Amino acid sequence: MAAFFPLVRGLVYAAVGFAIGAGISLGITGLTGEPAKEPLIVLGYVFAVIGWLMGVGMWKAWGREWFGKSTSNNPSGGWERYLRFNTDHKVIGIQYLTSLAVVFLLAGLLAMVIRAELADSGQNLLTKTDYNTTMSLHGIMMIAVAVAAVMGGFSNFVLPLIIGAEDVAFPRINALSFWIVPPVVVMLLLSPLFGGFDTGWTAYPPLATQAATGALLFELAFLTFGISSILGGMNFIATIITQRAPGMTWGRLPIFAWSVLAASVISLTATQWVAYGLLMIIFERIFNMVFFSPPGGNALLYEHVFWFYSHPAVYIMILPAFGAELEIISHFARKPLFAYRWVVRSFALIVFLSFIVWAHHLFTSGMGENLHGPFMILTELISIPTGIVFLSALGTLWRSKLRLKVPLLFALGVVFNFTIGGLTGIFLADVATDISLQDTYFVVAHFHYTIMGGEIFAIFAAGYYWFPKITGRMYNETLGRIHFGLMFVLYNITFLAMFIPGSVGMNRRVAEYPPQYEFMNLIVSIAAFGLGLAFLPWIYNMLNSWIRGEKAPDNPWGAKTLEWQTSSPPPLENFHEMPKVTGDPYGYGDETVIHARFDPSTTASHQPAPAEGD
Amino acid sequence: MTQHVPNVNHRFNSLTINRLGLWLFLVSDASFFIALITSRFFVEGTSRPDHVNQALGLGLTVLLLLSSLTAYRAEAAAEHGDRKQAQKMLLATIAMGVIFIVGVAFEWYEALQHFPPSTGFGTILFTLTGVHVTHVATGVLALGFVYFQVRRSESDADSQWAVEGAVKWWHFVDVAWVFIYPTLYLVG
Repeated sequence: MAAFFPLVRGLVYAAVGFAIGAGISLGITGLTGEPAKEPLIVLGYVFAVIGWLMGVGMWKAWGREWFGKSTSNNPSGGWERYLRFNTDHKVIGIQYLTSLAVVFLLAGLLAMVIRAELADSGQNLLTKTDYNTTMSLHGIMMIAVAVAAVMGGFSNFVLPLIIGAEDVAFPRINALSFWIVPPVVVMLLLSPLFGGFDTGWTAYPPLATQAATGALLFELAFLTFGISSILGGMNFIATIITQRAPGMTWGRLPIFAWSVLAASVISLTATQWVAYGLLMIIFERIFNMVFFSPPGGNALLYEHVFWFYSHPAVYIMILPAFGAELEIISHFARKPLFAYRWVVRSFALIVFLSFIVWAHHLFTSGMGENLHGPFMILTELISIPTGIVFLSALGTLWRSKLRLKVPLLFALGVVFNFTIGGLTGIFLADVATDISLQDTYFVVAHFHYTIMGGEIFAIFAAGYYWFPKITGRMYNETLGRIHFGLMFVLYNITFLAMFIPGSVGMNRRVAEYPPQYEFMNLIVSIAAFGLGLAFLPWIYNMLNSWIRGEKAPDNPWGAKTLEWQTSSPPPLENFHEMPKVTGDPYGYGDETVIHARFDPSTTASHQPAPAEGD
Repeated sequence: MTQHVPNVNHRFNSLTINRLGLWLFLVSDASFFIALITSRFFVEGTSRPDHVNQALGLGLTVLLLLSSLTAYRAEAAAEHGDRKQAQKMLLATIAMGVIFIVGVAFEWYEALQHFPPSTGFGTILFTLTGVHVTHVATGVLALGFVYFQVRRSESDADSQWAVEGAVKWWHFVDVAWVFIYPTLYLVG
């Protein structure tokens, strides 16, 4: 029971924090007139988050230092180490992955509710506001999974290992960036009790400034999540620059590390823009400011600011997914990664281009028409570096003897699905076709092909690939194949079918639609329910294998990268002996290329060292 | 005092890593200020009402620039092991920071009468100064913590990063104001 003590303390401190914040707010608003509800929620929430963080262990591990007191921080221990503020990157990675798996399944259930409502054309299951809240919650929760499962989860666990480091550059900031995620989930799940938010995850004003209080909870949750993303990005950049093992030159850096670096640059700089957009909405709600409402304000401002983050954000999601995909394809094809340097250049080019394409989301919003052409061309330019990433995957697969294990199956799924996602994207980047496809199910099907078919498949590939390293046990290969087969087939039926009503004009974000779209929607719904069931073998496989699976060898895949050269699961300090990188990580087929040697004389130490501000 | 500090593989000392981390955070935070300043031109164009208190704006700017000088002197003193001087300069910086916050409060008091938050210019003014003064407040808090740390510490090395980090942060807040001041007071 003592294991739950930090969580309970966090909740108590959060309650105290909320009372303090709410009290201050009541004092201020009470002085000037009627006590207001929304400022109370905002201030109460801010203090509650601080209380929560301090309660789960940040005070002991960090806060005491600000007052000149000694800090204590013990990252080791049994399962209870996952239930407190813990600076071990492997613990944080697992904390992210398990919590986001829960969020993923909840958001998946919401998708089932959506498909139940859309199975026929009438509006019969939910009220229109409830439908929109369901759809919005599904959206934002899946966005959170898509951003944080790969950046927070796999990057945290794998990145320090793959570059031969003992931990990230700022372990305490890393722990902080995880522990501000639970308040995000709580706020999102609470929002239906406050009237929900029927704005979609994009939360365009003026609707977002007029919607029920649930929308405010959503804004606060999203804003908090942004802070986590910024701190994570900063940490990964600093880690890759400063923590690489001796000999891990930039040219020997595994492609997954490059992809995380590229995504981190985006999350470090772009996230601030959406934070500002959300802050403007909160200010408009609680201070009656006029960013978006006439006279003075302009609702387009939000769309610009929002998409200046949210378009690059899809590359936060997809770049590490590409990295993991290429990593897996190279190791399972037993061939060097094709065109490694061009892939790195492509990542850099994608990062650059991702910042100057946002306005393709605004083609129908009333933006100046002279901007349409340039943004169309810039958007379509992105297919060049993305195409190079694909060529690298195909070139690596070319004439290889594939080991068709589950991780590779999912990685091949990414190649297939993302091709469809990429090709349908051309119609949306093209102004002429976008004008009629904007806000239809064509868009919904398209981004599910890129994010779910691309990234979520890559997350599952990564999940199966690194499962032995993370848990120290092997997953069940047969169940994994069943999961892949069902998911791949049903996923493609669901979303290929969705293009059809979309291309003839069925609007998104509606609970009720014209009856002529009914047949295709029924097919989509049936396939979607099947897709939902396809995750059952995965859940069983993960839980059962983690508890009872056979012990995994250190390097079940015979991969050359560093994370496989240590025990499964790795010890606290990651490597028993210090790695020294001497060659290419993908030197398959050439016995003379050795990625890393271990020097027994340099036993990695886990010395207690004085706390240094980080 | 056990601390999980990665100290084996990297070839950089903790001071370098901390500096890099802070610079990355400054880059990130700078994007936020760029977004803020952009929105001024989007919402209000280059128009500026007549009631802007020019004397106050100039005064606040001079004050903040002076405080950057004392912050710099504090850092230099700490580097040279002159902890007495460092404390004195830190206190001077904190005092100017507090006066700045009071100045902004007065600015708000005046602004409420001429352009409340429900007007276009008021929206921009309150948001820009509000976000900035929050940064100033965190800077004052950080300098306060550092002041006590310098007073407490046994050796200069103990507080070197603390002083440097807080002072860098203060300079950043200062530079942000150098862009906000013309955006609010001079444009148009």
